[in-house]
Amino acid sequence: MNYIDYMQLNPFQRFCYKLKSFFVAIPGALSSFFKAVGKGLVAFFVGIGNFFKNYVNNFKVGGLATKLSYVIMGSGCFLNKQIVKGIIFLALEVAFIAYMIGFGGGYLAQFGTLGTKTAGTEWDANGMPVKVEGDNSMLILLFSTLTLIIIVLFIYLYIINIRVAVNNEKTIKAGNKPNNIIQDLKLLLDEKFHITMLAVPTTLIGCFTILPLIFMILIAFTNFDHDHQPPNQLFTWVGFGNFSDIFVGNAMYAQTFGKILVWTLVWAVVATFSCYILGVIVALMINKKGLKCKSVFRTCFVMAVAVPQFVTLLLMAQMLSQDGVVNVILENLGLIDQPIKFLTDTSNPNLARITIIVVNIWIGIPYTILSTTGILMNIPEDLYESARIDGATPVVQFMKITLPYLIFVTTPQLISTFVGNINNFNVIFLLSGGGPSNVHMYQAGETDLLVTWLFKLTMNNNDNNLAAAIGIIVFVICGALSLITFNNTKSVKDEGAFG
Amino acid sequence: MIKSYKTKRAISNAIVYVILTILSIIWVLPLVWIVMTSFSGEEATFIDHVIPTSWTFQHYIDLFTQTDTFNYPRAFLNTLIISIFSCIISTFSVLMVSYTFSRLRFKARKAFMNVAMILGMFPGFMTMIAIYYILKVIGLSQNIVGLIIVYSAGAALSYFISKGFFDTVPRALDEAATIDGATKNQIFWRIILPMSKPIVVYTVLTTFIAPWTDFIMARMLLRDATDQYTVALVLWNMTDKEKIDTFFYNFCAGSVVVAVPITALFLKMQKFYVEGITGGAVKG
Repeated sequence: MNYIDYMQLNPFQRFCYKLKSFFVAIPGALSSFFKAVGKGLVAFFVGIGNFFKNYVNNFKVGGLATKLSYVIMGSGCFLNKQIVKGIIFLALEVAFIAYMIGFGGGYLAQFGTLGTKTAGTEWDANGMPVKVEGDNSMLILLFSTLTLIIIVLFIYLYIINIRVAVNNEKTIKAGNKPNNIIQDLKLLLDEKFHITMLAVPTTLIGCFTILPLIFMILIAFTNFDHDHQPPNQLFTWVGFGNFSDIFVGNAMYAQTFGKILVWTLVWAVVATFSCYILGVIVALMINKKGLKCKSVFRTCFVMAVAVPQFVTLLLMAQMLSQDGVVNVILENLGLIDQPIKFLTDTSNPNLARITIIVVNIWIGIPYTILSTTGILMNIPEDLYESARIDGATPVVQFMKITLPYLIFVTTPQLISTFVGNINNFNVIFLLSGGGPSNVHMYQAGETDLLVTWLFKLTMNNNDNNLAAAIGIIVFVICGALSLITFNNTKSVKDEGAFG
Repeated sequence: MIKSYKTKRAISNAIVYVILTILSIIWVLPLVWIVMTSFSGEEATFIDHVIPTSWTFQHYIDLFTQTDTFNYPRAFLNTLIISIFSCIISTFSVLMVSYTFSRLRFKARKAFMNVAMILGMFPGFMTMIAIYYILKVIGLSQNIVGLIIVYSAGAALSYFISKGFFDTVPRALDEAATIDGATKNQIFWRIILPMSKPIVVYTVLTTFIAPWTDFIMARMLLRDATDQYTVALVLWNMTDKEKIDTFFYNFCAGSVVVAVPITALFLKMQKFYVEGITGGAVKG
């Protein structure tokens, strides 16, 4: 069906057509997905095969320097007058071997069991108690993760070493001299400038994001909980035990998880869209034609963004507390006899939920105003004019022109807000602390989100394994959402347009 | 007909004025209330009227002199040190990473960017638990030095906005400089960076404000090391159920002290902030 045919359909037919094409597209999308995965796998194994073919081949045809560098790293450099580079390679090899023998190897050997010896007291020959140091599972896991990363890096270094040796030999055969160290360093400021620029940030991210992340992902498969706390107790691998506990295995966990997951999703949807739609309406009012003192109104709202969020949240929590100023005002006006427990009423958890959403609207609307004002001004005026001539009321104009246009432009921002709300720790933790409490939930209250539950599990109860498993679940939810939407977003697809 | 349209418009404008005024009051009132309360001279913490009957500056003096339970001046100094240092390190790292991804072409570029995107999807919290143990091994847990390292280490992952900026700087500049014999190093430091003042200001601002207003990471890493506490932690502890009766007015004063510099900075730099958050969206 071409565009003109499509435009002649009525709305219901259009909807059916879209629905039909959506379902028709599913098998194609699935098959192309699996084809892509298959292609990727094939390319991966072909790459590995080629690597080994080259690896053996280079050894066969290579000269002495190249052959030697398969065993002693850097030979390909210092035998070809690249003394400094060669020494660096050799030093790294020596350091790696020393590290593996002296430190990493020992931990890596215990990776399978995470330690066997429990710390405790033993009695020596004279019957005196002696404290015995046991294995520390946490350190074993941490250091073996580190060692694994170092091994991967070392393999990469080894491959580079061989590549350098082979290239040096080629250069000499062609009658040129290999680069000396000063030329190499100069390259780092020019052709290879990206290495210089990324070195420090990548190292920092490796140490403080990737290493912790791998460590936590591994912890999700252990029983590192309040009963297994190093250094006095050992913990070990339990496979997918934590996940099955959360979903079905442990009735208490499963119930808590189900409740919190539902509330997290409800919260994310309501919080995102309430702030968005109300914020757009306020922004439209501020930008209304012929309105004076726009900047005064805008400044009033922006003030709420400018004040640090933890201050406003703690302030709101105080104002809404049982003796807080809101209750005082309501009592003085004679509207209530006794204070309302906005955030702590255990008999009516929905009151706390609604309160939190209202406070979040207070916090969120100014952000929407800030980010949409510019876009609203860019909507072509003639769209509204022709709509007015056709007799559209302001509400219809808003629903049919403003909102679709805005949503089209701000989808990426909307998605990141949604993901941000799933992980919105501050609002929940500083306002209600997850309360009101509920004895039927494990370490959680009625308004806890997955992330605040995660926090409580680790901080109050040392259940690191459950926390890590929940973290992975949150990642899967957020990752799936972002992947689906970001991949369909123009600004991501067109990234190359500037490149 | 025209007249009626004008009246209609006047009426609708009047309605909008009324609504906006009410909303503005709702938005500003809590902030006014906390400033007012911080100057309140009332004896009791919870009173049955809203506007205090007497005024005093004593709470601010108390806040900075009575440091037995809560050492506010120390916390303020800690927060300042953390923010300044992590701001300097993060600014360099964010600008370098975003420039590299925007301008330099190398084999692993796409792979690096995808990894950065995936890393951003894990809840930041999950890594915090592990970071605590790692810092404990190095001996930097419960210490502001550890906090500075962690804030600056993660900053480079939020390179998107400044990359978007560098993408818009014309490439012809690089080419001209290359023809004149400049290396890529010189192009970055001498040509592109001096031209990119708005994004430098924006990056400095955000990387300064982020640690200043952060609560979770500090709570997670500092635990019970009270002398290393940041302002956010001290204020949070003041609102504890047993402490709030005694420290309520100090809490208000402390909130005002910590909020004023950031609010002033933000209002002044609002323009950059708006350009930053909408920069990625408008392109679509």
